[in-house]
Amino acid sequence: MSLVKIAGLHKHFGANHVLKGIDLDVAQGDVVALIGRSGSGKSTLLRAINGLETIDKGELVVDGTAVHDGKGDLRALRQKVGMVFQQFNLFPHLTAGENVMLAPTVVKGLSRAEAQDIAKEMLLKVGLADKFASFPDQLSGGQQQRVAIARALAMQPKVLLCDEITSALDPELVSEVLAVVRQLAAEGMTLVMVTHEMRFARDVGNKLIFMHHGRIHESGDPRQVFADPQTPELANFVGSVQAA
Amino acid sequence: MAYQFDFAPVFEHADLLLSGAAFTLALTAVGSVFGIGLGIAGAVCRAWRLAPFDRLFGAYVEVIRNTPFLVQLFFIFFGLPSLGVTMSEWHAAVLAMVINLGAYSTEIIRAGIQATPRGQLEAAQSLALTRAQIFRHVVLRPALARVWPALASQVIIVMLGSAVCSQIATEELTFAANFIQSRNFRAFETYFVTTAMYFVMALLIRQLLMQLGQHFVTRRAT
Amino acid sequence: MLVQFTAWDIVRNLLEGGKWTLALSLIAFVLGGAVGFAILFARIARHRLLQAFAKAYIEVFQGTPLLMQLFIVFFGLSLVGLEVSPWLAAALGLTLFTSAYLAEIWRGCVESVPKGQWEASASLALSWPQQMRHVILPQALRIAIAPTVGFSVQVVKGTAVASIIGFAELTKTGAMLANATFQPFVVFGLVAAGYFALCYPLSLYAKSLERKFHVAR
Repeated sequence: MSLVKIAGLHKHFGANHVLKGIDLDVAQGDVVALIGRSGSGKSTLLRAINGLETIDKGELVVDGTAVHDGKGDLRALRQKVGMVFQQFNLFPHLTAGENVMLAPTVVKGLSRAEAQDIAKEMLLKVGLADKFASFPDQLSGGQQQRVAIARALAMQPKVLLCDEITSALDPELVSEVLAVVRQLAAEGMTLVMVTHEMRFARDVGNKLIFMHHGRIHESGDPRQVFADPQTPELANFVGSVQAA
Repeated sequence: MAYQFDFAPVFEHADLLLSGAAFTLALTAVGSVFGIGLGIAGAVCRAWRLAPFDRLFGAYVEVIRNTPFLVQLFFIFFGLPSLGVTMSEWHAAVLAMVINLGAYSTEIIRAGIQATPRGQLEAAQSLALTRAQIFRHVVLRPALARVWPALASQVIIVMLGSAVCSQIATEELTFAANFIQSRNFRAFETYFVTTAMYFVMALLIRQLLMQLGQHFVTRRAT
Repeated sequence: MLVQFTAWDIVRNLLEGGKWTLALSLIAFVLGGAVGFAILFARIARHRLLQAFAKAYIEVFQGTPLLMQLFIVFFGLSLVGLEVSPWLAAALGLTLFTSAYLAEIWRGCVESVPKGQWEASASLALSWPQQMRHVILPQALRIAIAPTVGFSVQVVKGTAVASIIGFAELTKTGAMLANATFQPFVVFGLVAAGYFALCYPLSLYAKSLERKFHVAR
C-alpha cells in the first residue's frame, strides 16, 4: 500500500511539456532521491506532490487524499505533505519558535501552550532548542534550514519533501542539515528529496530516481544504480557530477 | 517706511494657536487610523483581485488621486447635504481626510503586499494555511514594514493638507490663524508663526510614526 | 433678483475658470522647473553652505502646507510695498513650491545614476561640471521624465489652493457658482470632473513612461 501514488502525471509550462507521464509509488519509510540535470523536471515533480505546481493530467494520491487532473483538496493534501525549501523561506518577522508554532495554531487549531510544546520538541529534535526566541536574521544558514525542517515536522506530515535543501548553504553548514535528515530517515520518516548530494543519496536513500527530459529515465536502489548505470544518460550525469 | 515686524500680538493668542494645533493633530490621528484601515482593505481587494471590489477601489483611487483635496472637501461638505445628508464641518473634514488618505494608502500598501517574496507565500501554502491566514500571519506585517516610510510621508502630507479644512470652518490651526490675524492685523507674522508650527508638527509626527513603526510593525521584519 | 443659470452657463463659467487653472499650472511648472534646476545644483554642489541652504529650502517647502506658503507670499509681498494680486502671489508661491519638489525628485534621479559612472568619468579627467553635463545629467534626465510628469499632476491640484487667496481659477469659480445656483452637488461634481480631465491623462502618461523606462533598463 503506497503512501504516495502518482499515475500518468503530465505538466506543461505554456508550450513546454515539462512532465511527460510520470508513474511513481512511494511506500511508507522510503527515502527517495530525485536526481537529474536542471530542466529535467525533478523540482516540478516534487512541487506537484504538495500542489505548488498544478497538475494538468494524471493522478496523485497521498495517504488517501487524491488530486485528479489538478482538482482536489490542496489544503488537506498539504497537511499530509511537508516541504523544506532551498531558500529556507522562514518568516522573517517571527522568531524561530513562532515560525514553528504558526501552522499548528492556525491550521490545526491547537492552543498556544500545546503549539509551544510541540515547537520546543521539534527545535530540540533539530538541535536548536536554545534558539526558540531568535529571529531568522540572527541564525546561520544551516540553523535557518534546520528551523525550516522543524517547522515542517511540527505539522506531523506523512511525507517530507526536500527541494535541494543544502544547495544554498555554505559547504561547512551542509553536514549539520544532512545529519538531521539522516536521523529522520532512521526514524522511519518518508522522504522525497531533490538533491545534488550523491553520496548522501547513496548512503541514506533506498530508492534513486533519475529524471531526464520530463520522464523517469532510470530508477532503483541507489548503490546499484550508481555502480552500474543502465543508460548512457545516467552514466554521463553521474560522471559529470562526480567530476565536479 | 519700513515695516516693523511685531510678533507679540501673535503670541498673545498662543492659547488659540495651541488648541488649533491640537485639533489639527486630532483630525490627522482619526483620519489616519481610518484612512489606513480603508487602505488595507483596498490594497487586499486590489492585490487579490477580489471582483468587483478591485475595480471599484481602482476607480476610487484614480478619482481621488486626480482631483484636489479642497474640491473633495467642498464636494463632501456642500454637495452631500444637498442630497439630504446632514453633517457637521468636523464630520466632513474627517470624512474627506479618510477618503483621501484611503486612496493613497491603497496604492502604497498594495505595492508592499505585491513585493512579498514568493518563497514566503510558498512556505505558508505548504503549511496548509488558507489565503486569509497567509495574509494575516505572513503577508500583512512585513508589507506594512516595507512601506511604512511611504505611509508616514502620506500621513504628513494629509496633515499639511488639513490646512484647507479651515475653509469649511473646521476650527483647526489655520482657522485659528485666520481668526487671530483678523484681530491683530499682523497677517504676515501670524501666518509665519503658524507655518513654523506646522513645520514642527510635521517633524514630530514623523518621529512618532517612525517610533510606532519600529515598535509595532517592523520589530524585526525584513 | 434671481438669476437663472442654465447648464451651459455653469459649464461656460467653469471653462473660464479652468483656463486660469491651466495657465497657473503651466507658469508654475515651467518657472518652478527653472528654479528647481538651480536648487538642484545647489543641493548637489560640493559647497557646504549651498548644500545646506538648498536642503533647508526643500525641507521647508515640503514640510509646510501650500496654503501657508501662499498666505506668506501674499501678505509678505504687500508688506514690502508691492501691489500684489492673487494671481501674482499664486504664481510666485506655486513656483517656489514646485521648485522645491522638483529639485528633490531630480536629486533622487541624479543619485540613482550608478556610482561607476562618476568614477569612470573622473578617471577620464572630466571636471565636475563636465561630468554633470556629459555623463550624469543625460542619464538622470531619462530617469527623471516619469516622476516629473507625475508631479505635474500635483501642480494642477495645487492651483486649487490658490482659490483661497482669491485667485479666480476653477475651484473659486465653482464655489461662486455653487452659491449662486444652489446646486453644489452638480457644480462641484463638474469641478472635480474638470480636474480629472486635466490630471488623469497626465497620470496615465506618467505611468506609461514609468513602465517604458523599466522595460528599457
